[in-house]
Amino acid sequence: MKLNLKVWRQKNAKVKGQFESYQVVANEHMSFLEMLDVLNESLVSGQKEPVAFEHDCREGICGTCNLVINGQPHGPQNGTTTCQLHMRHFKDGQTIVIEPFRAKAFPVLKDLVVDRSAFDRIIQAGGYVSVDTGQAPDGNTIPIGKDVAGQAFEAAACIGCGACVAACPNSSAMLFVGAKISHLALLPQGEVEAKKRAQKMVHQMDEEGFGMCSNITACEAECPKGISVENIARMNREYIGASFTSQDK
Amino acid sequence: MELNGNVPTGPLAEKWTKYKSSMPLVSPDNKRRLDVIVVGSGLAGAAAAASMGELGYNVKCFTFHDSPRRAHSIAAQGGINAAKNYKNDGDSIYRLFYDTIKGGDYRAREGNVHRLAEVSVDIIDQCVAQGVPFAREYSGMLDNRSFGGVQVQRTFYARGQTGQQLLIGAYQALSRQISLGNVTMYNRHEMLDVVLVEGKARGIITRNLVTGKLDRFAAHAVVLATGGYGNVFYLSTNAMMCNVTAAWRAVRRGALMANPCYTQIHPTCIPQYGDYQSKLTLMSESLRNDGRVWVPKNLDDAKAIREGKKKGKDIPEADRDYYLERRYPAFGNLVPRDVASRAAKVECDKGHGIVPTGLGVYLDFNAAIDRYGKSKAHSMNLESPSAQQIWELGQKVVEEKYGNLFEMYEKITGEDPYTNPMKIYPAVHYTMGGLWVDYNLQTNIPGLFALGECNFSDHGANRLGASALMQGLADGYFVIPYTIGTFLSKEIRTPRFKTDSPEFEEAEQSVHQRLTGFINNGGKQSAESFHRRLGKIMWDYCGMARTAEGLTTARRMIQELKAEFYADLYVPGTMDEFNPELEKATRVADFLELGEMMCLDALERQESCGGHFREEYQTEEGEAMRDDENMMFVSAWGWQDTSKEPELNKEPLIYENVKVAARSYK
Amino acid sequence: MNNWFFGFLTSSIGRKLLMALTGLFLILFLAVHLAGNLQLLHDDGGIAFNTYANFMAHNPLIQFVSKGNFFFILLHAILGIALWSKNRAARGTQGYAVTKTRATQTSPGLAKFMWAFGIVIFVFLIVHLVQFWAMMHYGEIGYGIDFVNIDGKEVRNLYTLVEATFTNAGFVLFYVVCMVVIALHLWHGFQSAFQSMGLNHPKYTPVIKFVGAAYSVLVPLGFAVIPIVFYLRHA
Repeated sequence: MKLNLKVWRQKNAKVKGQFESYQVVANEHMSFLEMLDVLNESLVSGQKEPVAFEHDCREGICGTCNLVINGQPHGPQNGTTTCQLHMRHFKDGQTIVIEPFRAKAFPVLKDLVVDRSAFDRIIQAGGYVSVDTGQAPDGNTIPIGKDVAGQAFEAAACIGCGACVAACPNSSAMLFVGAKISHLALLPQGEVEAKKRAQKMVHQMDEEGFGMCSNITACEAECPKGISVENIARMNREYIGASFTSQDK
Repeated sequence: MELNGNVPTGPLAEKWTKYKSSMPLVSPDNKRRLDVIVVGSGLAGAAAAASMGELGYNVKCFTFHDSPRRAHSIAAQGGINAAKNYKNDGDSIYRLFYDTIKGGDYRAREGNVHRLAEVSVDIIDQCVAQGVPFAREYSGMLDNRSFGGVQVQRTFYARGQTGQQLLIGAYQALSRQISLGNVTMYNRHEMLDVVLVEGKARGIITRNLVTGKLDRFAAHAVVLATGGYGNVFYLSTNAMMCNVTAAWRAVRRGALMANPCYTQIHPTCIPQYGDYQSKLTLMSESLRNDGRVWVPKNLDDAKAIREGKKKGKDIPEADRDYYLERRYPAFGNLVPRDVASRAAKVECDKGHGIVPTGLGVYLDFNAAIDRYGKSKAHSMNLESPSAQQIWELGQKVVEEKYGNLFEMYEKITGEDPYTNPMKIYPAVHYTMGGLWVDYNLQTNIPGLFALGECNFSDHGANRLGASALMQGLADGYFVIPYTIGTFLSKEIRTPRFKTDSPEFEEAEQSVHQRLTGFINNGGKQSAESFHRRLGKIMWDYCGMARTAEGLTTARRMIQELKAEFYADLYVPGTMDEFNPELEKATRVADFLELGEMMCLDALERQESCGGHFREEYQTEEGEAMRDDENMMFVSAWGWQDTSKEPELNKEPLIYENVKVAARSYK
Repeated sequence: MNNWFFGFLTSSIGRKLLMALTGLFLILFLAVHLAGNLQLLHDDGGIAFNTYANFMAHNPLIQFVSKGNFFFILLHAILGIALWSKNRAARGTQGYAVTKTRATQTSPGLAKFMWAFGIVIFVFLIVHLVQFWAMMHYGEIGYGIDFVNIDGKEVRNLYTLVEATFTNAGFVLFYVVCMVVIALHLWHGFQSAFQSMGLNHPKYTPVIKFVGAAYSVLVPLGFAVIPIVFYLRHA
């Protein structure tokens, strides 16, 4: 299959970028990133600079890959990361526009590579249980209901790719933050410091310049792991509750 | 070189406890004055950095990823072992120790493995306390399942994403220490050399992958937790960026590489489908709990399937060969990985393969769907349910257990694994070999430590399923925080190092030269193309079956490829920018040298054991045949010079507690 | 003003909560307003309606709440503008060349246009207030306003004012269109308010969505019927 690609090229964070057009011959068994590998091989063999894009595990779990494909973060396939997207979902002769994730808090570093370190800083603000190594009681000391553990798992399944921010017309990170707050607040181990956590993480999220949720739910629709916006509601609840009941003035 | 494993004396079960309570300590005040560099932020690295930060050391942690959460530990699916005996099925620390030694085909150090089994129980507790959402039973208690090579249920899991959940736990613990200022995190920094001052590891040289700037970092000790080197095969289940460079740079500075030929080929991966394929995808071993492996008995059926004329479901039960159940009745589909992989190869070599390339077998869930369906129907008091009803009920149970894996399979292959059995084939997955370390996880270079898959210590010649996560976290949370004190307690009078010493200068210069060499090489071929060719050589000659002749050929081919690499490599762009091609070139250059060493090691190891199968050494039934008399040692290779052959050092393996026997899963 | 309360109100979630609470107040107000307005449909020359209007104009509690109502409308609007501008800034300067959104579980794409609906509604409110509230209080007698005797007191006759206004087809159309916009605004706003307050539950959210949908159709419909009826009566 022949494809026409329009790819965002940008030398570095300081200069302006633009789209460049390429033609590439792929086959339907390739993954989307393998199709880009083919493009890059041909660029390199023509002594041209290849397209920089991020990827690593290529099995949909590390959260490194992050392209916007024809206007959709991670492309047209539901619940799929870019690396798990296969070319059989595209048509011969199709034009594919490939852009980086766009948000003020995710500046472009080069071509399709963006800086998502804001997510790390949000986790550092409080996305953890404050337990040192060696302090833990036996794992079965506190029973956790199967349903609760399942719910916590579903929130914890977030891969931190940032598709929620990329999809949101407000560039809001509330699904990412809500998922972490939910994951830990649902479990008895995390519930102890749930209030402080909610306050610190939301504060950091605001500091990073992410937008505010207007309940569009594009984040949920585009999330490759299907994280539910129920987590945003839980974050709102936790944060509002924490603000009015915590002892801090 | 005399190699001393430094395993404490005394009864096996007391070694670690006694050692812990008698080892030298560093006072809290002194810890503040000591700097530790941790390279890598996967399970082992993040756990180590976080735990040492908690203790009060000044930790600097490095990753080439954009975030510590991306490390490839995240992709581990099935679970993590621990000798909790929650299932009341006779598990114990000794049994986990024994299974690991036996699974490793008697090529691992007793002392290290027993310690691993001991701390395994603490890992689960620690992870639960961190908020890892392990699978639970209706009672609220932790659930377990079984994995290959064992007869108890001791594997803890979080659906098919256990590695992810454990890594997120370690990442969060690390994030906490970063926010407290105990750990300074350097993302997008790749370590390109280790700096030795007076024979001790005192720092590293890194390249900032965004700006290209080379930086020097000094510390009192350096900890490498940089993972395995399975990507030397190009196609593997490893992530694309996994590489040997950090470990190899240490080897080039004098660290020993132990058992490099021990490679784990995982039996259940999605078969290769095309030339452009960049990686192989694992289907968790947990699937073998419920999936049955088979090929068609008749060669004609296999041929018809390969040609697309028949489908797996068309083959009647009587014409299927469930070869694992046939050959290994005691363990059946849950034999260890090396055994299962080799068995698949044997069937495919005989012509029973069921994918167009001939390299694939079935993993079938129909029996499990039927069994679960019937049990569910029974619990729902359904009287004489129809076959369709049973299938639907059973399918739901299987979906609940392995849904995400089935989904992933369908995404990649475009086939529905519920109706048509999964197609699988072995693929390179893990490397048991790695930097040689002693009981303290210290390499032969004082002050240089290696953790997790990066070292060779615990798995012998074959790793059991769900033990990689266990080892990574054991090393990071519960071993290195103690054992690093044996080295650092002697360094409390050593002031902080400056990075302007001649040693740092020399190291940075050599990295700079190497990189400019690549950039200015002026050839025509990409690093990727060399990598692909190297991988093919490795897979063909140093893969699932090896021969003296093949390995000799492979060495020569790699030498030729290496010469061609330095003559004709082309790297676009410059050094001072984000340049993934340059990164790849440095990694492929190191893979070339490692690949040759692996072939050399495989050649020297004149026996078959675990993941290392030499065709010359097998029983009449085709099982691996060890040579305990002559080969019961760890091979630790020392780099000499580019022109000289690496030097082989041997650390004898002494079994005081386990009776060494032929490994049988029949 | 560096205290927790101020910090909360200016946080992203605090702002959303204020948006939700003011929105819900206005939603309630709409119901009360509609109940009164439906008095216009009594074909009694405006007695019922004027009695109601007189009561509303002189009850101190109602007067207090109505001041609050003005305040909340302004707050809701100002907050909305602030949210919109902050969200625009968060997107950065370079937008996407192509955008395509998967179908979401909430209102089909309405959320993105809440600000636009809000502007239309705000313009509507100004027109509406000038036409009725201002005329009622400060309008000159003769321009559609006369007096009527309610409970022995002479008060301004709002009914005739309404009657006069809705003889104009243009105004009728304007009111009906604006009610459609209000319906769209409510369709998203109603259930969204609950999400912002942190109320999302697999059992109750579908109920909230249903009630919200019913409310956002019925209430604006109720309002829209009045100008149409008056116009038809006149014709």
